[in-house]
Amino acid sequence: MVSVGIDHATRLYLAVTSRRLPCPQFTFGFLPTVHLHCIFRSSGSPFSENKMASTFARIFSYKRSVRILSLVGVGSLTTGLFLNKEYVDAGSLVRRTYPASAEYPDLRKHNNCMASQLTPAIYATLCGKSTPNGYTLDEAIQTGVDNPGHPFIKTVGMVAGDEESYEVFAELFDPVIKERHNGYDPKTMTHPTDLDSRKIRSGQFDERYVLSSRVRTGRSIRGLSLPPACTRSERREVERVVADALNGLEGELKGQYYSLTQMTDQEQQQLIDDHFLFDKPVSPLLTCAGMARDWPDARGIWHNNDKTFLVWINEEDHTRVISMEKGGNMKRVFERFCTGLKEVERLILEKGWEFMWNERLGYVLTCPSNLGTGLRAGVHVKLPRLSKDPRFSKILDNLRLQKRGTGGVDTAAVGSTFDISNLDRLGKSEVELVQIVIDGVNYLVDCEKRLEKGQDIRVPQPINQFK
Amino acid sequence: MHWESGVAVELGSHLAPHSTKTRPALNPQQTPGHERCHPLTAKLSDSPQCAHPASFGRLIRTPELGLVCSFLGRKRIFVSFPKETKNKVNAIMPFGNTHNLLKMNYSAEQEYPDLSKHNNHMAKVLTSEMYENLRDKQTPSGFTLDDVIQTGVDNPGHPFIMTVGCVAGDEETYEVFKDLLDPVIEDRHGGYKPTDTHKTDLNPDNLQGGDDLDPDYVLSSRVRTGRSVRGFCLPPHCSRGERRGIEKLSIESLSALEGDLNGKYYALKDMTDEEQQQLIDDHFLFDKPVSPLLLASGMGRDWPDARGIWHNDNKTFLVWVNEEDHLRVISMQKGGNMREVFTRFCTGLTQIESLFKDKGHEFMWNEHLGYVLTCPSNLGTGLRGGVHVKLPNLSKHETFGEILKRLRLQKRGTGGVDTAAVGGIFDISNADRLGFSEVELVQMVVDGVKLLVDMEKHLEKGESIDDLMPDQK
Repeated sequence: MVSVGIDHATRLYLAVTSRRLPCPQFTFGFLPTVHLHCIFRSSGSPFSENKMASTFARIFSYKRSVRILSLVGVGSLTTGLFLNKEYVDAGSLVRRTYPASAEYPDLRKHNNCMASQLTPAIYATLCGKSTPNGYTLDEAIQTGVDNPGHPFIKTVGMVAGDEESYEVFAELFDPVIKERHNGYDPKTMTHPTDLDSRKIRSGQFDERYVLSSRVRTGRSIRGLSLPPACTRSERREVERVVADALNGLEGELKGQYYSLTQMTDQEQQQLIDDHFLFDKPVSPLLTCAGMARDWPDARGIWHNNDKTFLVWINEEDHTRVISMEKGGNMKRVFERFCTGLKEVERLILEKGWEFMWNERLGYVLTCPSNLGTGLRAGVHVKLPRLSKDPRFSKILDNLRLQKRGTGGVDTAAVGSTFDISNLDRLGKSEVELVQIVIDGVNYLVDCEKRLEKGQDIRVPQPINQFK
Repeated sequence: MHWESGVAVELGSHLAPHSTKTRPALNPQQTPGHERCHPLTAKLSDSPQCAHPASFGRLIRTPELGLVCSFLGRKRIFVSFPKETKNKVNAIMPFGNTHNLLKMNYSAEQEYPDLSKHNNHMAKVLTSEMYENLRDKQTPSGFTLDDVIQTGVDNPGHPFIMTVGCVAGDEETYEVFKDLLDPVIEDRHGGYKPTDTHKTDLNPDNLQGGDDLDPDYVLSSRVRTGRSVRGFCLPPHCSRGERRGIEKLSIESLSALEGDLNGKYYALKDMTDEEQQQLIDDHFLFDKPVSPLLLASGMGRDWPDARGIWHNDNKTFLVWVNEEDHLRVISMQKGGNMREVFTRFCTGLTQIESLFKDKGHEFMWNEHLGYVLTCPSNLGTGLRGGVHVKLPNLSKHETFGEILKRLRLQKRGTGGVDTAAVGGIFDISNADRLGFSEVELVQMVVDGVKLLVDMEKHLEKGESIDDLMPDQK
């Protein structure tokens, strides 16, 4: 630490610090750097003198010549230090520097994917890095540190602040993705994207059992940060870009945008009645990641006049796209889904924007659990007998399906009506996943019918995984 | 974490205001795949990708060097998005999404928060011009304007209760963002000017009386304040390492207390069930904050890491570590002997301060703001001295509110702030924090409560209290 221009009563230091930073491309394995810190400090306790105007500051208000001389002096001093390529320990005076081991979170009581994969070694390697926008590892894992998790439900425990997070922090993201997505290895595998709805076979369910069908996914706008990290202007930009594109939709997709900040009471009530309105997130999983900041600025809902195609803007992701209708025509729901998505993509491309996508991870979204397709295709289906059968869970498992209550994730089923949807997101294309749901739900309805007639049912063979 | 970025931008505030057109990067080392532009070797001929103006250049914002360096700074941040990002080794503040550099590519107007439905001190003061002037500044530890105001943006406030709406991340926040915080402080603390000085007086001998509050009415007495350890960031901004450092320092210092201050530390994460139950029964345990006012500013991060409670064996002196502030110091006991409570308070605080000094640390304090704490509402003394007092008759009197106002006191329910009174028992404490010394504030409480009890007795007997009405203090 070098101090210059001290007035001992004010204790102002020009601290020149330099640190070793791991940097493999340099032969020494480290890159010495020099940083200048200039700190104002008012001295001491109530009982000593305290001058607010420091000598150093007064230097700058003096005559030019004096100024230049003092600065040259300082400059040569620091240049000399730098050229020597020595490093001086970061001063312990005002700022403490802590090694990664002191910063490593206490994850002993935690049960989420991040906690399983974040070793102290990985933390030490990554904690000093940041994406070009300034997003850091600690920000990415904050939600996992703050939410130790549930013994039965394993949450992911980390989020991405921007597209580059998945690259910069790949050392942690890749194992987490592998754990969450059944062994999908982003380093070696590629994800197929297929939005050709003509490939779907037999997408019409028996409507005595299937009450409604729905497909949802998310899309992020390349070049803008994701909800955990975006600033107000970025968020507003997302709103502008997406609302613009949506206003270009026509035919059965033509619709209207409702901004959360400017909604009238009638509009709000209507959206609630339609079950379209989303609320400020209360789940600590989301709020700890910073997704609720500046609520409700730049958040909104768009839906078409038929109320079958719906887009949420700036909720958990830049956009959440939902296609749904009553009844069992999953094929038509998926057709509208694909058409709508492709139209929106075309419209934003016209304006020079595109979606975040790459070959390894498919469509890039905030939560690693939604990578790939980000697709959840599901139905509300009545299965009173099957749901009481002890083989129900196993059947769902083998069909790669999951059940939820009709209120969504974390709700219980009401009156034996279940929300049945695909488990997987990454490693299979959209068409494949929707086909899995169609085949699976057809199988479940078939089982239910058999049980009605008193016949027995069989647990199906497990569907092939990619691993 | 290492403090590489954020070279004293506040230095510039002492000089001629710089043009916002030459706004330099907040975090200089952002060039993809490019070794850092070193402050002293950055040349004008550097490639356009080097968006890093010399830190040195930001430091010296004098006209002659300013010209040279502003030239460097004029380069916009070209944030490219290669499919493969070259990793930059760049230690930055672990918390604070406001370090997102892309925001500097947008105008201040595009970034300015929508405060049209807001009712808090920050929203009243923060104009878009002020936002524009302050948005590219940061303290040496990297706390930015957006960090300061996030809690106020996320919590529009209540039509009746005026919250502050901003927090400090470190001691320098009050300097770097004084354009915003001075008016907020003035508004919140009854007209306290940026040039005013605050008096600190922790000598209990200066208190007159205070040992004779009627215990039939005054059920318990309590004085609390907060202290921040200089050199560490405050709870909204501190890293895990810093927070643990504060805990370690606190444990070491507190364990050296002796006599009736001898006590024990209970870390929140290592507490046994019995210890936890005991602390709950004693009403000592603090929980993870649920108030969105606190959570939105980042004070709940990494809970319960490095949080804990220390109390003496007599259970009359209590310290909370890393809750809302670095330290919250509480002295309390049943009955009305406020003098004893305050004496222990002062003794304990002074001892703690000297124990910290022995280890080379001092508390954040300056002549203008007194003791520096996270929330601007707690500046000065940070002191809330109060009693739980039975005032069933007086509280129903129509002049109760006026009396309290004149005595510079405030009422709360016995559950603390935002609770209602139960059974006519009120928590009466001083309304002020800044601009009065500790002794003065406790004196106000002592004198005021004495008068309130007197009035209560009069009303019990059916007598009038009109001639007892106090003057405005």
